[in-house]
Amino acid sequence: MSDDIKVDKSLDLKGLACPMPVVKVSKGIKEVEIGQVIAAVTTDPGSLTDFPAWAKTSGNEILKSEQDGNEITFYIQRKS
Amino acid sequence: MSNLEEQVAQLQAQMDAMKSQTPSNKLSMIVFSGDLDKALAAFIIATGATAMGMEVVMFFTFWGTPILRDKNKTVGGKDTMGKMFGTMLPKGADKVKLSKMNMGGMGTAMMKSLMKQKNVASLEEMIALAEELGVKIFICEMSMGLMGFKREEMISYEGVEYVGVATFLAEAADSKIQLFI
Repeated sequence: MSDDIKVDKSLDLKGLACPMPVVKVSKGIKEVEIGQVIAAVTTDPGSLTDFPAWAKTSGNEILKSEQDGNEITFYIQRKS
Repeated sequence: MSNLEEQVAQLQAQMDAMKSQTPSNKLSMIVFSGDLDKALAAFIIATGATAMGMEVVMFFTFWGTPILRDKNKTVGGKDTMGKMFGTMLPKGADKVKLSKMNMGGMGTAMMKSLMKQKNVASLEEMIALAEELGVKIFICEMSMGLMGFKREEMISYEGVEYVGVATFLAEAADSKIQLFI
């Protein structure tokens, strides 16, 4: 967990393969209000490029991403 | 003054015309192949596109059509050719084979077990996911007739439509992305 970002919802996407991480994150982001933040944890290396591409297209913002071993955590703010 | 109003009206008309020519945020896909690998790719792209906020239409034609047969449904009253196609073509997503390295079915079985192990969704699961995400499915009416398939033997899929090429092309003309698989 990051200290400076307030997380409103966590999504465990560990073990999921393409296209499930983006499918689930696009569903998950709709479950928080605009301005709120979700923390999504994946183990799919493809999500390193997929999440930024998804965020750009869907108009949401990745505030921060961090990698711990094979786990990648994205902090995503709902913008639209 | 009236000249200016005329120009504004003209510009307005031009803008409306441009708007009607701008394609929707939609992906239209022709699924021609009846191979497991290609069908999987088609559904991964389709479901991924919904995550990207796109509307998705898949048009199943020729060898792609049997992918959508229901393994639990049987219908009678087919002619000889219809029966032959019915027997020789895969009965549903679970029976579809790899385009390469099938090796008499061994390769496909190995790929499926590998997919399970790596947590990759099966083709049947991907179809269910597509339905849940609102991916629209069109089935080619002519392929159905040619191969002697009946609607009663196809999977029940929310909003499935049996259409001709013009219906698909109308969607494709209004799409940002068109794919042929």
